[in-house]
Amino acid sequence: MTSVFYVAGAVALVSTLLVITRASAVHALLYLIVSLLSIAIIFYQVGAPFVAALEVIMYAGALMVIFVFVLMMLNLGPRALAQEHAWLRPRMWIGPGLLAAILAAEVIYTLATAERAETAAALVAPKQVGQSLFGAYVIGAELASLLLLAGLVGALHLARAAEMGEA
Amino acid sequence: MVPTDVALALAGLLFMLGVVGVLARRNVIFILMSIEVMLNAAGLAFVVAGARWHQADGQVMFLFILAMAAAEVSVGLALVLRLYREWSTLDADVPSSMRG
Repeated sequence: MTSVFYVAGAVALVSTLLVITRASAVHALLYLIVSLLSIAIIFYQVGAPFVAALEVIMYAGALMVIFVFVLMMLNLGPRALAQEHAWLRPRMWIGPGLLAAILAAEVIYTLATAERAETAAALVAPKQVGQSLFGAYVIGAELASLLLLAGLVGALHLARAAEMGEA
Repeated sequence: MVPTDVALALAGLLFMLGVVGVLARRNVIFILMSIEVMLNAAGLAFVVAGARWHQADGQVMFLFILAMAAAEVSVGLALVLRLYREWSTLDADVPSSMRG
């Protein structure tokens, strides 16, 4: 199971290196998603399944959707169609697909061999996290909700100001 | 067991890659993505350290980092939209001519 960690770490490093060297933002996003997924596997391996699930749902899911959404909004123009063709060439899926296939193989391997017993000693259960979050860290949780509200209002204000500036 | 020192070294390397991305790229979208990489690396260090001492604190800190990243991305991408509408570019150096 340590080898699973090493492979996931290597995939994370390679995909992150590819993120910062790609010319196209969409290609970089694909590699960034692979990088986040590999870090989720590392979280699972160190015995933090709750955080691993959150990494997939929040980072690789929600945040990356926002990125894709903004990227697509930025490219409304006559060149958009040609750009779509350039982005969706089958060849560019090989790299992210290969790295994601390695991660999928790791997940299948982990599930099949059921080596959870070995990590059970190091496992920090979601229950423990929840008790800590709403016990000792309850002020932090409230402040985080306040921060998210401030982010929501700030993003709304900036986007609306841009619309008014155009009108 | 996952070796803690190797995992922390991995977090450090990922953070370095994020720093290089912020310094080397001039596209705002890439800068935001590199910031995500750095936040993620910090979260990895927190979770690994928390697992090392069998404490939940590391994961709680990761939740806070997650909330902060969400707020940061929403405001940052709103700023990107604004930048693109004002200057029709994603170059981070262009707004340096801005005054006031």
